[in-house]
Amino acid sequence: MSAALVGTRQLVRLALRRDRIILPIWILVLSFLPASTAKLYHELYPTEAARQALISGAGKNPSISVIYGPAFDLSTPGGFASWRYTGVIAVLIGLMAIFTVTRHTRAEEDTGRLELLGSTVVGRYAALTAAVLVSAGTSLVIGLLMAFSSIGAGLPAAGSFAMGLGLTLVGWTFTGVAAVCVQIAEFSRTANGIGSAVLGVTYLLRGAGDSSTDATWLSWLSPIGWAQQVRAFAGERWWVLPMTLVFAVAIGSVGYWLLPRRDVGAGVLPARPGPAVAAPGLRSPFALAWRLQKGTLIGWTSGMLLVGAMFGSLASGMGDLIGDSPQAKEIFQRMGGAQSIVDSFIAGMGGMFGIFAALYAVQAVLRMRTEETAVRVEPLLATNVSRLSWVGSHLVFPIVGPAVILAVGGFGMGLMHGLRVGDVGGQLPGALGGALAQLPAVWVVAGISAVLFGLFPKYAMAAWAPIGLFVLITMFGPAVNLSQAIMDVSPFTHIPKLPAAELTMTPLVWLTGIAVVAVAAGMAGFRRRDIG
Amino acid sequence: MDNAISVNGLHKSFGRTKALDGLDLTVATGEVHGFLGPNGSGKSTTIRVLLGLLRADRGEVTLLGGDPWRDAADLHRRLAYVPGDVNLWPNLSGGEVIDLLGRLRGGLDTKRRDSLIERFDLDPKKKGRTYSKGNRQKVAIIAALASSVELLVLDEPTSGLDPLMEATFQYAISEEIEQGRTVLLSSHILAEVEALCDRVSIIRNGRTVETGTLSELRHLTRTSISAELAGHPNGLSTLDSVHDLHVDGNKVRFDVETHALDDVLRRLSDVGVRSLTSQPPTLEELFLRHYTAEGAVTK
Ligand SMILES: Nc1ncnc2c1ncn2[C@@H]1O[C@H](COP(=O)(O)OP(=O)(O)O)[C@@H](O)[C@H]1O
Ligand SMILES: [Mg+2]
Repeated sequence: MSAALVGTRQLVRLALRRDRIILPIWILVLSFLPASTAKLYHELYPTEAARQALISGAGKNPSISVIYGPAFDLSTPGGFASWRYTGVIAVLIGLMAIFTVTRHTRAEEDTGRLELLGSTVVGRYAALTAAVLVSAGTSLVIGLLMAFSSIGAGLPAAGSFAMGLGLTLVGWTFTGVAAVCVQIAEFSRTANGIGSAVLGVTYLLRGAGDSSTDATWLSWLSPIGWAQQVRAFAGERWWVLPMTLVFAVAIGSVGYWLLPRRDVGAGVLPARPGPAVAAPGLRSPFALAWRLQKGTLIGWTSGMLLVGAMFGSLASGMGDLIGDSPQAKEIFQRMGGAQSIVDSFIAGMGGMFGIFAALYAVQAVLRMRTEETAVRVEPLLATNVSRLSWVGSHLVFPIVGPAVILAVGGFGMGLMHGLRVGDVGGQLPGALGGALAQLPAVWVVAGISAVLFGLFPKYAMAAWAPIGLFVLITMFGPAVNLSQAIMDVSPFTHIPKLPAAELTMTPLVWLTGIAVVAVAAGMAGFRRRDIG
Repeated sequence: MDNAISVNGLHKSFGRTKALDGLDLTVATGEVHGFLGPNGSGKSTTIRVLLGLLRADRGEVTLLGGDPWRDAADLHRRLAYVPGDVNLWPNLSGGEVIDLLGRLRGGLDTKRRDSLIERFDLDPKKKGRTYSKGNRQKVAIIAALASSVELLVLDEPTSGLDPLMEATFQYAISEEIEQGRTVLLSSHILAEVEALCDRVSIIRNGRTVETGTLSELRHLTRTSISAELAGHPNGLSTLDSVHDLHVDGNKVRFDVETHALDDVLRRLSDVGVRSLTSQPPTLEELFLRHYTAEGAVTK
């Protein structure tokens, strides 16, 4: 082993030990979804007619393709399972890769621990290599387990491996992307942010490609699109796999190339000096909270404007697309005509924006815990700042921030759609209302996070669990005919699907009530507990 | 109010870890009080309780005449705190942090701030993470000293400072003392405590084991004596105040508690002293004695 890699093995072992809980969770959650759904296929679609309805209904519905991806062959359990899960698992495996690589490289530099290690006998590339090996290895385990469990569930071996390895390669690609991000960004939060943004863009690119008639090439710009274009269980295109591998190695090499060109602890871009004296406005807990939280909020808001505008410009095409499929046309006409296909697309997108806004809300609440564990709260609370004013000034972000994010997303979508159909005045309110109606559900998520932070700070990170559950329920619940009682667990189930459905105030009011109680409980808990 | 801080029988546990086990601490107004103890003895925990960051399990705690848990924010207007482990916000410059903390405390003296920045040789334009540990510590020290407050609570404030800056720190603190401020200085650097403090409390395992003025404590220290006598020494081993006695013919070597020095020397001169060397008492030794579990210095 060359000198630059000395110590890699020990660092891999250290990383595996530190991740001994989180990596098995990723593996368990991601590996067995397709196999378990494949088993359900014949229960869900027992007759030829039911399968035909699936193929010509959901399979041809562009508002569903945006989320799941192109439907190549829904007539077999394998084709169905890979259609349902490839896109979503690709996103999750990508997140796993980004978080894992960052956790063992940039985050270690942030805390100074890597410096400690660097002073021992550890080669220059050891930490990055260890992180890459752990992330790539986990991706491989997930892909192989997925393939074997699918074969075990009776699916053809070729398709099972195409699906599993396609997703492994998505993990490898984002391992490479993360290897670059951690060199560029100066902080782990920024590295995770850039990586997730890249992931989000690749998901959207293929969403745009998969749901359009004339821009399908967009899907080919996305590594997530490639995992789908492997066409598992639908005439595998094996050549896509080596292509993805080459790309993953190429992008990872850029990270290795950048590494020696920067100092430990610094980013590629040199840190700029700040002002010697604070601006007059920097004199309240809120001013500081704004300084700390604004970057994330601005990032989500501008991303949402982009997403909204993109889906807005796609919306009017939905009606045309149905023209090809008489059965789908019939189904949608029964539901109320072409306009309602567009409306239900806009309503569906509003629901997705709600999920995005809730993810932001969790992140904004947990920022408080980061500040606390980094011992940056104590010096503040040792001044004339009360606990309530500190926690209150941060909670503004998970409460008001989602309103901003949703408004901007709904506005972008309504505006672009309105411009394309020449009816901004008529389309904008519906799209905006559909997005903003999500707020009470988002607040419930923020409230749950606040309760964890205020009352059970050691378990604050568990705030990701409820939103994860709600995403699963919302995205997969309808596909597996989940019982209504379970669907009702998610606050998003109760939000009226504007503009396709009528506005009903009752659920909005009681969801808001739950959120208010939860936020208040969280604040009261924080007031009474030990700091640290 | 004569006592700025008064703590009686303070208990605090974290799960199974007993951090404080009946700690007592009294700091008179205007006094500089050294708070000594080995790592993990509970100094920072005591200070966090005093700042209302932790809630006491049991015991009475009074800070500046108020209840630190209930009246936290109001009391904090009158004190400044330097944490032992300073973490700065990565995207704020040192100058911004100094100003922010000062303003949140209720205002700071910009002239004093500027002179402190110069004396501590700090570049206020650097961002949080680009500071070394010592420089982060300086940011917190300057932020604390630039506001005029009644009480300074300093938790191992000089960890990470170089000797030159350590001297600057001691000088700056002595200026504060002249202004009549009360100081609680947690430290494990004895020289610093000897240079600055009027009284000290030594704690171990969450309990106060010694408290008093420096001269009272010196009284508790031991002098090492080795002597060659004219005859055989008698009766030294029966004295409680003599420790580690070694007798080799007419030669003796032992440690004696400083308060008993007079008595012991008289006994020696009764036998007749040929030669005698003594090592002066140091607080260091007392300190070490309290640090080691058995209460005895192992040499
Ligand atoms: N938040 C905490 N959770 C658990 N144990 C703690 C916590 N804070 C301190 N302790 C424990 O309490 C004891 C006293 O710690 P501390 O007050 O930091 O000591 P010192 O400042 O004197 O070095 C130590 O055993 C430490 O491990
Ligand atoms: Mg300490």
